[in-house]
Amino acid sequence: MDNQYFIDSAYLSPEALAKKHRLETDPSSRKNHMKYLPGMEQLQSDVCSRVMEQVSSFDYSRYTARDVKAALEHPHCSVEDFKALLSPAAEPFLEEMAQRAQRETSRHFGNTVYLFTPLYIANYCENYCVYCGFNCYNHIRRMQMNMEQIEHEMQVIAESGMEEILILTGESRKMSSVEYIGEACRLARKYFRMVGLEVYPVNTEEYRYLHSCGADYVTVFQETYDMVRYEQLHLLGAKRVWPYRFDAQERALMGGMRGVAFSALLGLSDFRKDALASGLHLYYLQRKYPSAEMSLSCPRLRPIINNDKINPQDVHEKQLCQVLCAYRIFLPFAGITVSSRESASFRNGIVKIAATKISAGVSTGIGDHEQKYSGKETDGPQGDEQFEINDSRSLNRMYEDIEGEGLQPVLNDYLYV
Amino acid sequence: MHEDPLIIGGHEFHSRFILGSGKYSLKLIEAAVRDAGAEIITLAVRRANTKDKENILDYIPKGVTLLPNTSGARTAEEAVHIARLARELGCGTFVKIEIMRDSKYLLPDNQETVKATEILAKEGFVVLPYMYPDLNAARDLASAGAAAIMPLAAPIGSNKGLATREFIQILVDEMDLPVIVDAGIGRPSQACEAMEMGVAAIMANTALATAGNLTLMASAFKQAIEAGRSAYLSGLGRVLPRGASASDPLTGFLRD
Repeated sequence: MDNQYFIDSAYLSPEALAKKHRLETDPSSRKNHMKYLPGMEQLQSDVCSRVMEQVSSFDYSRYTARDVKAALEHPHCSVEDFKALLSPAAEPFLEEMAQRAQRETSRHFGNTVYLFTPLYIANYCENYCVYCGFNCYNHIRRMQMNMEQIEHEMQVIAESGMEEILILTGESRKMSSVEYIGEACRLARKYFRMVGLEVYPVNTEEYRYLHSCGADYVTVFQETYDMVRYEQLHLLGAKRVWPYRFDAQERALMGGMRGVAFSALLGLSDFRKDALASGLHLYYLQRKYPSAEMSLSCPRLRPIINNDKINPQDVHEKQLCQVLCAYRIFLPFAGITVSSRESASFRNGIVKIAATKISAGVSTGIGDHEQKYSGKETDGPQGDEQFEINDSRSLNRMYEDIEGEGLQPVLNDYLYV
Repeated sequence: MHEDPLIIGGHEFHSRFILGSGKYSLKLIEAAVRDAGAEIITLAVRRANTKDKENILDYIPKGVTLLPNTSGARTAEEAVHIARLARELGCGTFVKIEIMRDSKYLLPDNQETVKATEILAKEGFVVLPYMYPDLNAARDLASAGAAAIMPLAAPIGSNKGLATREFIQILVDEMDLPVIVDAGIGRPSQACEAMEMGVAAIMANTALATAGNLTLMASAFKQAIEAGRSAYLSGLGRVLPRGASASDPLTGFLRD
């Protein structure tokens, strides 16, 4: 396996280093990534098999310009059409795809663009995911905010005018328990209209509890739908269990959440197959839970602390744009979120075509909002970032820029009922 | 022009164009209301559930009747909750019930809508339910206390026009309540056609939001709706399916 991801920290003990190397080089030292761990709820759901059947038979090299043109002419985009739009044959039709995507976006969402900001409350992590800045072998400043610190951060963010928040943690059930996350949601309800969660996957009843605390949207990134690749990238920890992660959105909906979000981290594996899988994951789950609100994200790999070589591989901005247009044409009703991993110019352009939600005033570190928002040096503790962001515009700046593009920024369009 | 008011729940209106507000720039709302000549504007309660900055309510001109909708509701219970919140927010007594259990086509759930209508009408709301054009459901809504019914012409946002024409015609023919066509009207000509059929008013949002010039389109809709209404009131002339009628009547042989 390529080892651009493997970085040895000088701070690791010889034992830890030996274990890390064994995990990296000896597959037999790693747990079975398809086997559920004790306590993990197992659903009897056909969504996964329906998605993966389509993905494994997807041979994008066999689609031609004719298939792409036909897909663009059909009033309703079928699964086959979606595949054609994701194929290399569609690359020369990017402008036509963008125009069709823009029409669909405008029909379903008008000219509105929703704004939100993420709030990382802890960066402890029990997993070794080789591309992630929070991975347990990466030497970074770790931190978990207490409720007082969280409330202070929320106040700072709320004062900027933000009304929607996405609460994130590193994936450590031990350090960031479900109750801890629930308490953070209760606090968030005081300061924000809409509360979303992007935390480790949990069981249905735990989602139900988190919903009762005020969270209504759950985002889980599958990272890659390629099970073989997934096994090579997620070497240790609960996150290694691929199927438990796949069913997270379904458990969240069963637990009463209003909406769920899906994503593959483009650049980890074959991005065309991962994009197909993400779109179909949403598509089949929507058929099963028709009232649920669904959205897609489309992050690309970014450099992390201690490893600046990590990059999105063959997923350049053109390919990303192709994927987003294909998502929009296939799933006109779905929200599409573009994060601050992308540049300001890309985000300004893509909100006019396909994206419906973007983040602003972003920090992926812990406890540093006051410093970032006010420029004030604080002596409070801070935790390091998950990845380097690209677009650091504040809420006000983003609001003005969106208006400048002729679009209407929306801070809230949601009620907790 | 002769008096031809639209009466909804005892309130009198002179415009038959109900404007949406959710899909375009807040700064254009005032001009859109003016050029549409609209007296009623819909808004999503959830959009108004916001802090001081950029509240949609601040952009709606005074004197226009607010028609808050319950979008986001998945059940009658949720719709009732949202309608009550609208009243608390100072949106008046009108409410448009929208209950969707489908996030893809946003098709209304008639059964739940009947339940919510009954509860809210009893609480004194002027209830305008968004519905799938089904005669039985329309009758149930009338019995439940609806002030008008709002059948869809085509899937919301589709701009496909009168896809449900035959069923809307049945509602116009059979119901005593005003029938307001909501959703799917994409062009002024389609709005005009619906008015010619005898519907009481038109509601549009996406058609304006997706137009190149929103206020010009608002004014085009206004004129089309007025033209359609006048045509309906004047009694449309005979339209033959094809060809001309026989000059010698088939019944000419009958003696007095």
